[in-house]
Amino acid sequence: MPDLALRLSGLAVSPGTGAGPVHSLAPPPSLPAQADVVVDAVAETARAVAALEQVAADLERRASGATATAADVLEAQALIARDPVLAESVAGRVLDGAGAPWAIDAALREQQAVFVEMGGYLGERAADLDDIRARAVALLLGVPMPGVPSPGVPFVLVADDLAPADTALLDRAMVRALVTARGGPTSHTAILARALGIPAVVGCRGILDLPDGTTVRVDGTAGTVSAIRAEEVAAVQAEADAERVAAVAASGPGRTSDGHPVKLLRNIGSSEDLVGTEGDDGFEGVGLFRSEFLYLGRTTAPSGDEQEQAYRKLFEAVGGAKVVVRTLDAGADNPLPFLGLGDEENPALGVRGLRVARRRPEVLAEQLGAVARAAIATGADVWVMAPMVSTVDEAADFAEQAHAVGLPRAGAMVEVPAAALQAARLLEVVDFLSIGTNDLSQYALAADRMNGDLADLLDPWQPALLQLIAMCAAAGRHAGKSVSVCGEAAADPLLAPVLVGMGITSLSMSSASVPAVRAALLSRTWEDCEHLAAVALAARDAVSARTEVAAVVRR
Amino acid sequence: MARREAVIGSRVGLHARPAAIFVKATTRTGLPVKIGRQGGSLVDARSMLGVLAVGAKNGDTVVLEAEGEGAESALDSLVVLLQQDHDEPAAVDA
Repeated sequence: MPDLALRLSGLAVSPGTGAGPVHSLAPPPSLPAQADVVVDAVAETARAVAALEQVAADLERRASGATATAADVLEAQALIARDPVLAESVAGRVLDGAGAPWAIDAALREQQAVFVEMGGYLGERAADLDDIRARAVALLLGVPMPGVPSPGVPFVLVADDLAPADTALLDRAMVRALVTARGGPTSHTAILARALGIPAVVGCRGILDLPDGTTVRVDGTAGTVSAIRAEEVAAVQAEADAERVAAVAASGPGRTSDGHPVKLLRNIGSSEDLVGTEGDDGFEGVGLFRSEFLYLGRTTAPSGDEQEQAYRKLFEAVGGAKVVVRTLDAGADNPLPFLGLGDEENPALGVRGLRVARRRPEVLAEQLGAVARAAIATGADVWVMAPMVSTVDEAADFAEQAHAVGLPRAGAMVEVPAAALQAARLLEVVDFLSIGTNDLSQYALAADRMNGDLADLLDPWQPALLQLIAMCAAAGRHAGKSVSVCGEAAADPLLAPVLVGMGITSLSMSSASVPAVRAALLSRTWEDCEHLAAVALAARDAVSARTEVAAVVRR
Repeated sequence: MARREAVIGSRVGLHARPAAIFVKATTRTGLPVKIGRQGGSLVDARSMLGVLAVGAKNGDTVVLEAEGEGAESALDSLVVLLQQDHDEPAAVDA
């Protein structure tokens, strides 16, 4: 009999619900306490290299049967297994007397320490090296290959952390959810779970203590794992499946069940991201067009004509719907060579976004001119907004400049806490606000977005972030102007109704996230949303905000 | 000794897919190409681990060096490769 009071929480990284018995990934092989004596170093090195080569070949074989995202990851991993510098390091250790499995183990651990030390992206790649080591050592010791279990029934896969090789060939029909003890929002588990549409919770402490076979309900939207009775599994899963079907079935513009409209817009980086939206009655426009693609990898600025052509193409592809262009968002942390901004001690706090116009005003002027000419030529409903606005004067200058070239709607992005605190005054000088929640949480909680150790601080349910959003929404209601959210938070089907309840008028997200958010709004009234907003704003921390809102939704 | 500088064009930097494409292309040249940051030590550009550890981001300048027959033209093509954008469409970054 499972302990039905058991309730674990972690980071919600892939939405949806899944239920079933937990089964853990086969553990990595452990090295025997007694090391072998190496008699023939040449033969032993050959044995080690052959094992690494077989691991690489195996990874490539898996890549050929995987999705494009997974295949890229697996091929990169195969290159690591076949790395000539790694082979040299292993050979050196064998010469010093280590047996092949010990040599591979030590060489990869050393490299892993380097990655962990470097942190950020490379820190999260450390799990990839674990996997190569475990596979090579298992081959050399002749023990079972670590990997995904096959219990013969649909199950919830549990692991310390998942490597690309584990997740690439997951059978969507058998794996109902993923739960890992480690991992952050940008770990492979998170990325691949979203790509495969499998509900997932990462960073879930205590999950490894559950014996195999314990039946659980995993909520990848709320980030919780709770024990349920085995006989409940079928009903819980049926409900989850029905929700998924409903999400796909809902169509049309975004609205609550009582017809209160909430525009559901798209975040895109080029007009190619709009493929598939023609004829979609749920396509309401673009809420964030990242204009950086025009400038990437360039050593000179694109000409005004070239920019105008690119915007014309985009506005024609949007087909008369609203499109919000974010002006150039570059800086030392996202550098564009032609701007010649140079390095900064604190790039996130330096000359970036609209601040670039302090040094290179002509770049912004050219961009606004090109957008305006393309808007007039195509008759499109074009809005422009500036990133990294911190003061009312900055916003006023930007709006004046945009209006002067014939762009009637000019807005400010709210990414800096100072802008949120001044929301009411900003709305006296601009036509709308758009909240970039990812940057706003980075600046409000003083936590680097790339730092996996601080992932909990970047949780969009953090009370401080929710309060800043609520301030902007209240200012928008008072001024009768549009206030939208275009960060990760807008794509969370549980959080979206909360934002709407605060008074947010539109939500912008990647196209893939729209159906679930549309269904979430359609399942409740405007009044329900206001209640959820009050519940979220009253919570003392991110986890209770999420769990209390989830509890009300399920009631 | 041939030497070139290249500005990383991929949005995620010289990581993951762009790094894999680069390492494969370097290996195909058959030359002992080295890569590193300006003024820093250079590593074997055929080594995925080495290339990842350079940690070059979008817009960073890296140095390439190679010796041997065809080194000049090999480096030219590697520079073009590094300056292209090999990323998947960017994730939400608002």
